[in-house]
Amino acid sequence: MDVLFNNLDLFGPFFLRTIELFVLSAVGSLVWGTVLAMLRVSPVPVFRAVGTAYVTIARNTPLTLVFAFFVFAYPLLDIVKLDYFPAAVTALTVYTSAFICEVVRSGINTVPVGQAEAGRALGLTFGQILGQVVLPQALRSVVPPLISTLIALLKNTTIAAGFSVAEAGAIRSYLSERGENQLVGLLWVALGFIILVAVLSFVQRSLEKRWSVAR
Amino acid sequence: MRIRTLAVGVLVGGLTLTTLTACGKEGTPSTPGAGDQGGSSAAALPSYPVATGVDLAGSPVFAKMKSAGALTVGAKDDQPGLGQKDPTTGKFGGFDIEIAKLVSAGLGFDPEKITFRTVDSGAREQTIANGDVNYYVGTYSITDKRKALVSFAGPYFVAGQDLLVRKDDSSITGKDTLKGKKVCSVTGSTPIQKVRSENLTEPGNIVEFQKYSQCVEKLLSKDVDAVTTDDAILKGYASQDPDNLKVVGQTFSTEKYGIGLNKDDKVLRDKVNEILQKALDDGTWQKIYDATLGKSGSAAKKPTLEKY
Repeated sequence: MDVLFNNLDLFGPFFLRTIELFVLSAVGSLVWGTVLAMLRVSPVPVFRAVGTAYVTIARNTPLTLVFAFFVFAYPLLDIVKLDYFPAAVTALTVYTSAFICEVVRSGINTVPVGQAEAGRALGLTFGQILGQVVLPQALRSVVPPLISTLIALLKNTTIAAGFSVAEAGAIRSYLSERGENQLVGLLWVALGFIILVAVLSFVQRSLEKRWSVAR
Repeated sequence: MRIRTLAVGVLVGGLTLTTLTACGKEGTPSTPGAGDQGGSSAAALPSYPVATGVDLAGSPVFAKMKSAGALTVGAKDDQPGLGQKDPTTGKFGGFDIEIAKLVSAGLGFDPEKITFRTVDSGAREQTIANGDVNYYVGTYSITDKRKALVSFAGPYFVAGQDLLVRKDDSSITGKDTLKGKKVCSVTGSTPIQKVRSENLTEPGNIVEFQKYSQCVEKLLSKDVDAVTTDDAILKGYASQDPDNLKVVGQTFSTEKYGIGLNKDDKVLRDKVNEILQKALDDGTWQKIYDATLGKSGSAAKKPTLEKY
C-alpha cells in the first residue's frame, strides 16, 4: 500500500496519460482500420493492392520500430512537426489499424454473398452496399476479436514510455530510482491494467448481448 | 504452384522486415563517431608497468585470481568514454576500463589478460558477491545502501549531475537557466526526476528516452536543448564529438565512483586504494583522464580516496 500512496504523484497522472493514449489511438485505429478493410474488399485492384501492402508492412513491423520511426526518423523528413504524444498516438494507430482491418475483413466475409447480390439487384452502389448492408452486419459478428485487438492496443501503449510519453509503462523505472520495492510497484501497475481491461471486457459483453444475431 | 506462391510470399515478407529493421537501426545510431576510440587516442594512453612479487595474504579474491592466472572484471559496455565495447573488434575502451587495467597491473596481472564482462546496474551487487567478477569498474556510485552489500575502493572519480549542450549554445550556463528549454535524460532516471521535482523546466519540456545516445541524437538535431546526467557520462559523449557538443561544467550533485569489491576483502581493498593513490600522485591518473574523458575539453578534479 505504501508504494502506491507514497507515489500517487506517479500513478495518478501516468495512468491518466495511458487512458488518453488508448482512447485517441483506439478511435483512430477503428476509423482507419475500417477504411483499410473497405480498400481490401473493393472491386478496384489498385485499392486492394494498397490495402494489402499496408497491412503486410504495418503488421509485420515490430511496434517499437514503428515508434522509433515516428520519433527519430520522421522528424528528419521535415513535413509536419509531431510532438511526442501525437507521435505515440500516430504510431499506435498506424500499427493497430492493420489488425483492426483484418478483423473487420473477416467480419465482412461472414456476410453471405446473397446480401450483396440482393443490394445490387435493388440498384445500390458499392458504397451503399458496403456501408448500409454489409458493414453493420460484419461489425456485429466480430465484437470479441475487435475488443481483443483493443486490449492488445491498451497494453501496447506501455511502449510509449521509452519514447518520452510519461504513462503507466514508465512507473517502474521511476520507482526503481526512488528506491521503492519494484515488485510491489509492478503489482500495482498490473492491477491498474487489470481494472482497465475489465472495463473493456464489460463493454464487450454488453455489445455482444445487444447485437447478438438470431440465426 | 501454391507452395511456390507461399515461398515467394514468405521471402518478400522477410525482406520487407529485414529492410525495415535495418532502417530502424539506422534511425538510432548509437553515437556519432563511435569508431574513433582506438586509433589516435590509443597513442596517448599511458602504459601500466606490471608489478612483480605481489602477495596479498588473507585475500580470498586475490588467491582466486592467482590460481586462475587471469582476471574477470565487471564493466559497462554502453558508455562512451567510460566503458564502451567496440562493436566491430569486441574490445572495451574508456576511462573506467583504463582504471581496471591500472588496477590489474598493480596487482601483478598483465592487463591484456583481463576478460571484461558486461554487468548491468541492477545485477552488480549479486555478481560481485557471487565472485563472478574479481572487481567491478563501471560508473558505480558509492552509497551507504550499497556499502552494506559490497566494499568500495576509491573513489577514483567524482562526478556530478551536469548538462550537455550544443557547442554554439551559450544560453544554458547551469541548472537555473533551463526554464523554457527542452531537457532530455533516460526514462525515470534520478537526474530527470530531479529536473521534474525541482521544477528546473516546465513539465512539457521534459523529454525521456530509453538511452542517453537517443537524447544526444535529439540534441544534435535541435529537438532538445540539453541532456542531463552525471558529467562523466556527458563528457564521454562530448569527447566523441567535441566540435558540436560541450559540457556546461556546473555540477549540481555529487556522485563518487568506486571500484566494487567483495565485502569481506579488506586486504584487497587496501591494495587497490594504494594503487589508485600512486596513480593519482605520479600523474598516471591525469594521463588516463586526458586520453579519454579529457578529450571533451573539460577539466577534472582529482578525487580524494576514502579509506574506510
